[in-house]
Amino acid sequence: MISAGIVTVSYIAATVLFILALSGLSSPETARRGNWFGIAGMTIALLATILGVVTQQYAMLLGALVIGGSIGILLARRVQMTQMPELVAVLHSLVGLAAVAVGFANFMDPIVHLAGVELTIHDIETYLGILIGAVTFSGSVIAFGKLSGRIGGKPLTLPGRHWFNLALLVGAIWFGREFVIQSAAGGGMEPLIIMTAIALLFGMHMVMAIGGADMPVVVSMLNSYSGWAAAATGFMLNNDLLIVTGALVGSSGAILSYIMCRAMNRKFLAVIAGGFGTGGGTVASGSDEQQGEVMPIEAQETAAILAGAKEVMIVPGYGMAVAQAQHTVNELTRVLRDRKVNVRFGIHPVAGRMPGHMNVLLAEARVPYDIVYEMDEINDDFPDVDVSIVIGANDIVNPSAQEEPDSPIAGMPVLEVWKGATTIVLKRSMATGYAGVQNPLFFKENTRMLFGDAKDSLDAVLKAL
Amino acid sequence: MRIGVPKEIHAGERRVATTPEVASQLIGMGFDVAIEKDAGARASYSNEAYEAAGCEIVATSEDLWSQADIIFKVRAPETVEAVLLKENQTLICFLWPAQNPELLKQLTESGGTVMAMDSVPRISRAQKMDALSSMANIGGYRAVIEAAQHFGRFFTGQITAAGKVPPAKVLVIGAGVAGLAAIGTAKSMGAVVRAFDTRPEVKEQVESMDADFLMLEFDEDEDGAGEGGYAKTMSPEFIEAEMALFAEQARDVDIIITTALIPGKPAPRLITADMVASMRDGSVVVDLAAEQGGNCELTEADKVVVRNGVSIIGYTDLPSRLAAQASQLYGTNLRHLLTELSPEKNGEIDVNMDDEVIRGVTVCKDGETTWPPPAPKLSAAPPKPAEAPAPVPAAEKPSVIGPIVAVVVGGLALLGLGAVAPPSFMAHFTVFVLACFVGYMVIWNVSPALHTPLMSVTNAISSIIVIGALMQISSDNALIMWIAAATVLITSINIAGGFAVTRRMLEMFRK
Repeated sequence: MISAGIVTVSYIAATVLFILALSGLSSPETARRGNWFGIAGMTIALLATILGVVTQQYAMLLGALVIGGSIGILLARRVQMTQMPELVAVLHSLVGLAAVAVGFANFMDPIVHLAGVELTIHDIETYLGILIGAVTFSGSVIAFGKLSGRIGGKPLTLPGRHWFNLALLVGAIWFGREFVIQSAAGGGMEPLIIMTAIALLFGMHMVMAIGGADMPVVVSMLNSYSGWAAAATGFMLNNDLLIVTGALVGSSGAILSYIMCRAMNRKFLAVIAGGFGTGGGTVASGSDEQQGEVMPIEAQETAAILAGAKEVMIVPGYGMAVAQAQHTVNELTRVLRDRKVNVRFGIHPVAGRMPGHMNVLLAEARVPYDIVYEMDEINDDFPDVDVSIVIGANDIVNPSAQEEPDSPIAGMPVLEVWKGATTIVLKRSMATGYAGVQNPLFFKENTRMLFGDAKDSLDAVLKAL
Repeated sequence: MRIGVPKEIHAGERRVATTPEVASQLIGMGFDVAIEKDAGARASYSNEAYEAAGCEIVATSEDLWSQADIIFKVRAPETVEAVLLKENQTLICFLWPAQNPELLKQLTESGGTVMAMDSVPRISRAQKMDALSSMANIGGYRAVIEAAQHFGRFFTGQITAAGKVPPAKVLVIGAGVAGLAAIGTAKSMGAVVRAFDTRPEVKEQVESMDADFLMLEFDEDEDGAGEGGYAKTMSPEFIEAEMALFAEQARDVDIIITTALIPGKPAPRLITADMVASMRDGSVVVDLAAEQGGNCELTEADKVVVRNGVSIIGYTDLPSRLAAQASQLYGTNLRHLLTELSPEKNGEIDVNMDDEVIRGVTVCKDGETTWPPPAPKLSAAPPKPAEAPAPVPAAEKPSVIGPIVAVVVGGLALLGLGAVAPPSFMAHFTVFVLACFVGYMVIWNVSPALHTPLMSVTNAISSIIVIGALMQISSDNALIMWIAAATVLITSINIAGGFAVTRRMLEMFRK
């Protein structure tokens, strides 16, 4: 078997490869190579550990690896791109579960003998690893339930839920203290199990209280937690590779959460506290009353408008994912581009249910990624756009974010579609978006509403073209 | 129900109240449409085209009026037409009830229902029926075309081998629908366009069309916006300042297009004979207010006159001079009104006097005059913005105290940790902090389009936690061994799944 030194060197190599894998994601060209770096890093780390650390149970180990790997690849092959958020949530929950399992196994392992401060610190590390792992696990399971529609998307707002959370937190700290004290005396299993139960409950309750459209924040937050869980486990096992990887993933998820919160102009804590749009007074504003009449349009007329356009901007939202309309959108894009129409896509950071969701859907439908732009890149171009097509999006194109200082979404950056010549909004009904705010865009003079399922509507438009 | 569209008999009127395209839509709504023979001929719509659209052609207007339940017309009925209106019949046309009280009385006595397209309330819901706006739009366009006809030069500036041509300068007075259409048309022909209006809120609209808005240097804060989005009469001081501005502009510009109208009053006199005299030879004045007496002192209605070398165009039938387009838009306005009248789409109409729009257009019904309607609830002009545009709340200065407290607390915590923690822990802690920073630097460079692959790949690599399980799987304790094996199983799902799905996604990102 290989020596501890070789194992350490392999871990360093894996660390570097992981960092390269992440930095490769700066552009789609380098990202594919980056993914191979990641796979290589993981292989090296696994091999080094198996050859250098494992001493028996190879058969079981290999069996678990092969079975697990096959399940993973099968999942990855089968998953629909619209279900990516669900898959990511499931994978998060597995990391959380693994952290809990490793933590418990480590605690039960009689080989580790420590005393004094070292024991205390080790116990705290174990404790944190399990705590974060458990929150990640139960939170991700609930997030999966919400994303896949098995649990309603509405935020669950228990009366006094903040107090409930606080009580759970205090309980977790108190049992943590108990655990450290009892562990020094040789016990500690009981408080550890109770604390795990508390953490599981906390994770569930936290995600239950958050509504559908805040899911991008939740998913990236859970991503972050899964990283911190790995890092805490690394401390517990004195393993730098775990620490570094955990820290990378943790900061990645944290940055994503920050970007998502900024895109909604909301504070991270406010999102996590949940219950948006149901709190006192947020919905009560003058903007609720109808501001005129919406002008419906038929597919035929839409096609006529598109036929006369030179600059078209497509703004997709969650509705496109629900209607699975991305392939039709691509078809439409292709037809228009063949006619020398400049078609571009404007993507709001929180469009969809996870960061980058729309990009992946469009990529799946083979929309060239160089015509897909971020909000900040194209927002200034709207005055030159002839036709904007809003597909199943609402709050991210709501002018009241800019025009009404007391609107619940005031200050949220939005795509300024109303500055273009004509806006066509594809929508199932006049229902308000997630924020529960009426959208003055629909009543603007240059807005036309194409009601119906986004895919059917676009198919009809395509036929008419 | 049967809709009848007679031929317009007013002298010089070329428009027709429906086109074959609109007629086929009306038929689609469940109505029958009958057209008087040659009704659309002067607007280039042939009888055959109507027939092809499913209309019936009726030879005489008497037959048409006697068979139809609804009559669509453009102009107000002439005396010979007015007598044809009967009970239970609905006439929809321009009527100008304020100017034609006799006609209104006569129509009321006939017992029929009359709807005046000039009385569509100016609320946003009714915009699609606002025939005045459609016609004003055409008038504004045509005004520029007429001006170009009489103006002996280019509109656009050019530098040619034969010398430089300066662009024409156009002044548009009154930036209503017609004024804005004129601005847009003149602008697109390449002229330098200036516009004046007594209502300051139209400044933005004028500037959005890339024209200059002439501001009046005037102390008193006077706003010319009257009721219903129209202009009102201004104070004498204001008018004096305004006239001085026009006199100055007249010496400079080549073309003046006036569209100033105040509802129910004669058109304001804005361009005096002296101003016309001060204009260059070959200049053109187009007076869209000629029918109401004209904005220019020298205007003669329905004529083009040349005074001091300046052509003054006083046509009152500009929309009719673009008959095909005007008929199309007017017909569509009528169709929209009919849609409102027939909410069931069953080819029947219901004059619902509780509906604000229908109440507004209906001038007489069941032998009673219902004009003027009660004041509309909403103004077309946006409600006055609350004084100054709500001041953007000054961005709260980030408190300096917060970060300082955080740094101090964090520093103390680290010191406390350093004081008690063993060196081995501190080594790991150093690695941890550095890794966080590396992560911070790397992740900000990730393209937002790749955030989903980022999440799946971080998912895969965070399963490096498998190493913990691998360290435990060789344990002699059976329980630990089984837990570790289970952990290896689930993490390998994650590793394989995470990398595979990332790869699958990245393969999709193609140019």
